[in-house]
Amino acid sequence: MTFSPELEARFARLIENYPPGRQKGALIPMLLYAQDEIGSVTPELLAEVAKRLHVKQVEIEEVLGYYTMLTREPRGKHHIQVCTNVSCMLTGGEELYAHACKKLGIGNRQKTADGQFSLEEVECIGACSWAPAMLVNYDFHFNMTPEKLDSLIDSLRKMQ
Amino acid sequence: MLLNEPHPLESRVLTRRYVYPQKDAIGIDQYVSQQGYDGIRKALEMTPEAIIDEVKKSSLRGRGGAGFPTGMKWSFVDRKSPKPKYIVVNADEGEPGTCKDRVIMEHEPHRLIEGCLIAGRSINSNRGWIYIRGEYRKYIDIMDRAIADAYARGFLGDNVLGSGWTFHLSTHTGAGSYECGEESALLESLEGKRGNPRLKPPFPATSGAFQCPTIVNNVETYSAVPDIILNGGDWYAGLGTPRNGGTRLVCLSGHLNRPGVYEVPLGMNMLTIINEIGGGVWKGRKLKAVIPGGSSSPILRAEECDIPADYDSLAKAGSMLGSGATVVLDETADIVKVLSRLMAFYAHESCGWCIPCREGTAWLKKILARLDEGVGTKNDIDMVDQLATSMFGRTFCALGDAAAMPAMSYVRKFRDEFEAKLNSTQVFVPAPQTQPLVVL
Repeated sequence: MTFSPELEARFARLIENYPPGRQKGALIPMLLYAQDEIGSVTPELLAEVAKRLHVKQVEIEEVLGYYTMLTREPRGKHHIQVCTNVSCMLTGGEELYAHACKKLGIGNRQKTADGQFSLEEVECIGACSWAPAMLVNYDFHFNMTPEKLDSLIDSLRKMQ
Repeated sequence: MLLNEPHPLESRVLTRRYVYPQKDAIGIDQYVSQQGYDGIRKALEMTPEAIIDEVKKSSLRGRGGAGFPTGMKWSFVDRKSPKPKYIVVNADEGEPGTCKDRVIMEHEPHRLIEGCLIAGRSINSNRGWIYIRGEYRKYIDIMDRAIADAYARGFLGDNVLGSGWTFHLSTHTGAGSYECGEESALLESLEGKRGNPRLKPPFPATSGAFQCPTIVNNVETYSAVPDIILNGGDWYAGLGTPRNGGTRLVCLSGHLNRPGVYEVPLGMNMLTIINEIGGGVWKGRKLKAVIPGGSSSPILRAEECDIPADYDSLAKAGSMLGSGATVVLDETADIVKVLSRLMAFYAHESCGWCIPCREGTAWLKKILARLDEGVGTKNDIDMVDQLATSMFGRTFCALGDAAAMPAMSYVRKFRDEFEAKLNSTQVFVPAPQTQPLVVL
């Protein structure tokens, strides 16, 4: 399996960061960075990472089931993550999430038919003072309203 | 950039180089020209004991949640151990209500790097990691760039500032887990495993990252250290109240006119923080309650809030300063719904390692959902209290306590609200059985 030169360079740096014989430390960063490039943790990726870090595949499976950002199913091109935890809930996060469901016509952890959008109701994303907040992939959007969400989704649609 | 318009009542020490509005992170040239990295220059000429003494004198306490005295934590590390010693930064900011570490990393990444260097010097360490939650990719990139700049200028690497001492630092991304904010779970995650907590003792100071002596501290804790070394521990201690040194970042959120992240001295009155700095409760409403230290801290009723916000005063009031997150609830806030949402959060984030937490949080979530939707019974209210009481102190790590503390305090302090929700709907209660079911 081949990765882009940037990702290869990143992997090479990553493995150096951990004590000799303990390269397994690079596992979670490697999976996440590779997932960002490929779209999901595929069986091929799993086998490749196992080979490079000298770990058993089952050790990767254990980790996969635990961390919420790692996924075997490819997500939409724009992964919308709306926070509904306490600070966001108090300022309209639940309404925002309900609006996102309606606007996109999908529910939690679902993907639109064209593969453009996926939606997830997430726990605190550390943006409490600027609530309600949401993420599109890794981009934060603060002080959201249903109207701002509409125009954001419309502009993402036009980007296609 | 995320900083709010500064408020005159703030004491800007950690944030003093920030400008408003600021476009980019403070670069290495600006940082160096404004006393940056002078702290590590000074520390390189001090003995490790002297560095730790200075931190002890500052009465700096951990800003991540537990509030443990930092100097004492550092002194537990056996500097003579033949094993390598490690520095780990906890930037897995996930406690609901908390959003300060990102502000530090976004504005002034070099301050954090300098803090790590000084901590590393104090325990004779040669390696550190900054564990940043996966969602903060933007801040991981900022830190990576700053670390590369620091290497290029000789602040990091095999010969730090020509002293012959080696110190390497890198970022490490998390991948979505609240539990990894617990220090031993974080260390497991750093080693490439599930974020399950470890049995303590041994504490990380004895056996931490890769089973070597390790210091784990919060981003804000490390970031406070350069100024302590430069200006002395006594100066820093003088900024706060006795045993609660310095300033801290407070994250104001919820029903406020001016929510945001502000820097205040330890011991500032909580009502001053809310009413002056935070601009008071929004929409002209009255204050109902405050969650003073992140979602895990016991709630305070409005009349309990006229206290100095420091570790000891809040502990005396039956709550905790925690991570500095202050969530404000106005008179219309639905306490039952807030608790129900929080219990759903803890049930989702429990790692499942120990039974009291795994089962307890799941049941608390279900019972609270029932109470919130108006189909609970009076018995359910007592059950929440009982269940939380029996979880408290009986779990592997603090996540179980973090779920139990709000559950107990909300039902005890706002029982009337829980009861009001019972009466709001008709609940079918079967008539008492008077005849024996089976006649023998």
